[in-house]
Amino acid sequence: MEKILTINNAKVSFENERNILEVIRKENIELPTFCYHSELSAYGSCRLCMIEVEGRGILPACSTPPEAGMKIKTNNEQIREMRKIIVELLLANHDKDCTACRKSESCQLQTLARKLGINRVRFKSVLKQEPKDFSTYSLVRDPSKCVLCGDCVRFCEEIQSVGAIGFANRGPNSTVCPSFGKNMNDSECVYCGQCVRVCPTGALTIKSEVSEVWNALSDPKKKVVVAIAPAVRASIGEVFGVPGENGTEAAGKMVSALRSMGFARVFDISFSADMTIVEEANEFVERLGNGGVFPMFTSCCPAWIKFVEQYYPDMLPNLSSCRSPQGMFGSIARKMLPENIEVQKEDLVIVSVMPCTAKKFEARRPELSMENRQDIDYVLTTQELARMIEESGLNFKELELSPFDMPLGFKTGGGVIFGNSGGVTEAVLRNVIHNKSADVDEVAAFDFVRGENGIREATVNAGGKELNIAVVHGLKNAREVVRVLRENPSKYDFVEVMACPGGCIGGAGQPVYKDMSVRKRRTKVLYDNDKTLELHKPQDNPYVQRVYDKYMEGKPGTHSAHELLHAPHFNRKRLTERPFPIYKPSKEKKLEIDVCFGTACIVRGAQKLLQQILEYIAEKDYKDNVEVDASFCFEKCSKGPLVKIADTVIEKCTIEAAKAAIDEKMR
Amino acid sequence: MEANYSKFDNVCRILEENSYDSAKLIPILQAVQEVYRYLPEEILAFIASSLNISPAKVYGVATFFAHFTLKPKGKHIIKVCDGTACHVKKSTSLIDAVKKELGLKDGQNTTKDMLFTLETVSCLGACGLAPVMLMDDDVYGQMTPEKVSALLKETIKSEGNIK
Repeated sequence: MEKILTINNAKVSFENERNILEVIRKENIELPTFCYHSELSAYGSCRLCMIEVEGRGILPACSTPPEAGMKIKTNNEQIREMRKIIVELLLANHDKDCTACRKSESCQLQTLARKLGINRVRFKSVLKQEPKDFSTYSLVRDPSKCVLCGDCVRFCEEIQSVGAIGFANRGPNSTVCPSFGKNMNDSECVYCGQCVRVCPTGALTIKSEVSEVWNALSDPKKKVVVAIAPAVRASIGEVFGVPGENGTEAAGKMVSALRSMGFARVFDISFSADMTIVEEANEFVERLGNGGVFPMFTSCCPAWIKFVEQYYPDMLPNLSSCRSPQGMFGSIARKMLPENIEVQKEDLVIVSVMPCTAKKFEARRPELSMENRQDIDYVLTTQELARMIEESGLNFKELELSPFDMPLGFKTGGGVIFGNSGGVTEAVLRNVIHNKSADVDEVAAFDFVRGENGIREATVNAGGKELNIAVVHGLKNAREVVRVLRENPSKYDFVEVMACPGGCIGGAGQPVYKDMSVRKRRTKVLYDNDKTLELHKPQDNPYVQRVYDKYMEGKPGTHSAHELLHAPHFNRKRLTERPFPIYKPSKEKKLEIDVCFGTACIVRGAQKLLQQILEYIAEKDYKDNVEVDASFCFEKCSKGPLVKIADTVIEKCTIEAAKAAIDEKMR
Repeated sequence: MEANYSKFDNVCRILEENSYDSAKLIPILQAVQEVYRYLPEEILAFIASSLNISPAKVYGVATFFAHFTLKPKGKHIIKVCDGTACHVKKSTSLIDAVKKELGLKDGQNTTKDMLFTLETVSCLGACGLAPVMLMDDDVYGQMTPEKVSALLKETIKSEGNIK
């Protein structure tokens, strides 16, 4: 039976909508919200979506399920006044330096204040200016602009399963911050930046590198080159009202804009994405051949890498050792450009434009540098590029189309679809399974890895061997795949993970979106862009082959390819927590013992081990000179229990092994 | 050595007794606070990793409830009621008296010698005795600044005798 309710006197039918808000929005009535995101759980804290239900009074639409026969009013005098008061109260302790705020173009608080006709705040300002957190390379946290909607907290917890930030304190002292009020950089944050995307105000923003790039551009000695990531062409047009279609137009105008801003060369990261596929597919085939570690995890998403480094250090060998396309571009450009564009090594400045905030963090990884200089000097996000274009006064819409510079601007469709969740897998399959050129129709044979589900599975036949593949986006889904793999290690052979929902097109550096249709459109742009290109398989890119010929002995997987295109991954401590002192020596400290008390080590008997070590120290009269601490994870969980004696970490430590090591050091 | 170890051992026992269940975070924190008289940061991080929840969440719970403290507390806890009934009966003068007697500056709740911690609570449910305060588990009703001063002097004296 059809279910019907009444909204503002109009009869409306509904089906399985989770709440009244969804029914109302379906009717094209815009209810204001701060804390409601269709991707997240309903929280009901901002109280802006209040509606009147006849006989039941005023209710929050986001957390009330629809019922047949309800008579709903979305807009009356009382509700309007209530919304105004809510926004005014939020403004009363808000840092209102809006003109200088990075979020001003997408700030929901500003938009709402305007829509609700607020022309003065009736309440006294109770703003407490709090220090901003500039500690990370990716984001800036400004607590004075927080409206406590909790969107960031829920995204971090529910979609990414990281929980780097949370609510702390209560009442008027409530705040959103990392654990123990620390800096973001000392937390488990993986810098995906999705908190920035969902933050309705300027409390969380992207850390800008715009002025550094302008400075480099205005230095006459420097030659500044730029490389654009695949996903940027799918979204930059949104800012300037250039329709998406297949991305060619936006990309062409972007290249013109960058040239006129003074960049010496404009390259395409899709080129190095092709190279990543060739190298990564080769690594995969090598692993198949020599019985390497499976499944192989993709390694192009820097947030995913940090996630594995801090939560699953025992699975580091599963990660492909290939650098990301940005990483590969950096090392190749440093190697070939000085000669290629005639510039002194030290005067070459390399900028990348990324859909991603974590790429800023990635660029600073010490492994991605040469002779003490990071390969990529500056990382701009799509948003920052858009701002630079606006700043330079260019009328983006009217710009001519220009082609990318060669050779690092040539790409196949395989490199372009990298920006979509499933794109890497599809490109790898195009490489591994076919090795001859094929037209689009044949290439379309692998589009079964496309889609929107958080975890997608596929089985393909490669040379008589069944390959089981998983394509994952969202880190909570990645956690689930790891959980499954712990139970059944041979379930998958290849796992692609992108931290951001939708892949890079949904990255936090992209223009802010709230409507899920935006993500779908961007995905389509990249797939359509693939169709417009001449070549579709990364291995067909002639310039990739030329770079291999010139610098890497002609093929992937060689020693020099490893030097330029691969990088190690490291165990990373989740928290920069001090170890907990169990015992301090009374006299001169001669030996320090750390017993790991991470979860895995406790399960393996760390507690008993600690007790026995203490007994042994007492028995041997070492008490005056030994310090004993309990540490909270050496991040080598598969080899527990772990005990560090002086500088040596003893894996699978027994009391006998510990005794022997202590005796040796104390002798 | 034994003291620190036995406390840490206690934390492990508490976690075990609560079967490492993150739903039991509050009872776990209560028990751990009994052991340490406060919640040390390192121990909270340890609890978070043992329960498989984020440290930010544990920190959120630990800072939400007035019962929990992340700073070491004194031996004697003074709770002055500042609920409506006590407030109109001038509970603020009691708070001032405690601060003056113990030499507590603004923002400081615990004396340097770790003997006293001053807290205010919203209602002790003894409005008939307003203004009312607690020292440890003893209730003192119809207090005045003079009585506060006398009580503290006496306590300090008896503490001196113990020493």
